[in-house]
Amino acid sequence: MTRYASPPVFYRTAGLWRPWMGLATLLFGVPAIVYGLYFAPPDYLQGESYRIIFIHVPCAWVSMFAYVAMAGAGAAALIWHTKLSELAVLAIAPIGAGFTALTLLTGMLWGRPTWGAYWVWDARLTSELVLLFLYLGVIGLANAYGDSRRGARAAALLALVGLVNLPIIHYSVRWWNTLHQGETVRIFGESSMHESMLWALLAAAMAAKFYFLWSLLGRLRLNLLIAEREKGWVARELKLESADA
Amino acid sequence: MHPLRKQRLIAIVALLIGLGVASAFTLAALNENLDHFYSPTDINEGKVAEGKRFRLGGVVLEDSTERSAETLEVSFVVTDRIENTPVRYSGILPDLYKEGQSVIATGSLENGVFKATEVLAKHDENYMPAEVADAIAKAKAKQAAGGATESMQ
Repeated sequence: MTRYASPPVFYRTAGLWRPWMGLATLLFGVPAIVYGLYFAPPDYLQGESYRIIFIHVPCAWVSMFAYVAMAGAGAAALIWHTKLSELAVLAIAPIGAGFTALTLLTGMLWGRPTWGAYWVWDARLTSELVLLFLYLGVIGLANAYGDSRRGARAAALLALVGLVNLPIIHYSVRWWNTLHQGETVRIFGESSMHESMLWALLAAAMAAKFYFLWSLLGRLRLNLLIAEREKGWVARELKLESADA
Repeated sequence: MHPLRKQRLIAIVALLIGLGVASAFTLAALNENLDHFYSPTDINEGKVAEGKRFRLGGVVLEDSTERSAETLEVSFVVTDRIENTPVRYSGILPDLYKEGQSVIATGSLENGVFKATEVLAKHDENYMPAEVADAIAKAKAKQAAGGATESMQ
């Protein structure tokens, strides 16, 4: 277990796994998007504009899933002080911020024709916006220290504190009256979406998860090379001339 | 586990529990202020004062929409199937405005009538193709007709 936290071992293992994550993204993503955006039947009420759900919902799920992963890496960084978990916090934050921004943007583009407004300050939209600020805060805090490892640990603490926002995002539509609708896809019980649309949504969600992993492994590998640039294994891995000297 | 690491783990768990409890109390205290809208029942219970700006949410009652022939004036009734609130609005309604569907209107009460300055359509969580929606509507109509003939016999 601890063997995989060793930078050179992780670097190589991640390099082996990464292409498979990319392949899985395409295998799930291409049929889901082509079917969802083109062949799926239009919604009985919204017509064509509902198709943005095939982008919006997978992004929203990853925006929260990535946050849990970032907080988990943050806890590991604070407990074990391993370099890899500190780098993981920093690698996840920009990906999560990107997915959160996409969630907000696609939601706004859908909200204008459907609700009649780009933005309302209801509990769901506001808590998702807070999630974006949390990601940006983690990125900012990590870079606010001269010592990058101290910065990473401060950011890890913020990531853990922000964890309280996640149940608020998820349950906001049940706890309060919101303009945002309740959940369509349920793990327990029947989903409120017809099967002819639902499978593409679930496939798109899988694609988004695999894209997240693909992107994360790439960022982590790069962060590792930068953090360990003085070490011999980096020179050997990159087959630099200086390795022989 | 190393005692120092164990200590850090306990500190993190305590932090999360503390934050969780603190935010639960805060949210419980804020509860009604975080609601995006009030229902017609809330209004009848006197939860909102006359003249105060707030949001009203509910379903547009069937056959209640009356449009003016010359102006953009429109009036309709919002219901939560228990109480009704009459609404007056001057402007263009969103594309998804439909009787039997939900709306959220911003405005204030004047002599029991809600004067709206903005009307938003609230979409529900149901997604289906038109044929499926038709089939469900037909099945419901058939069931209702069946029930009616049975009661007549």
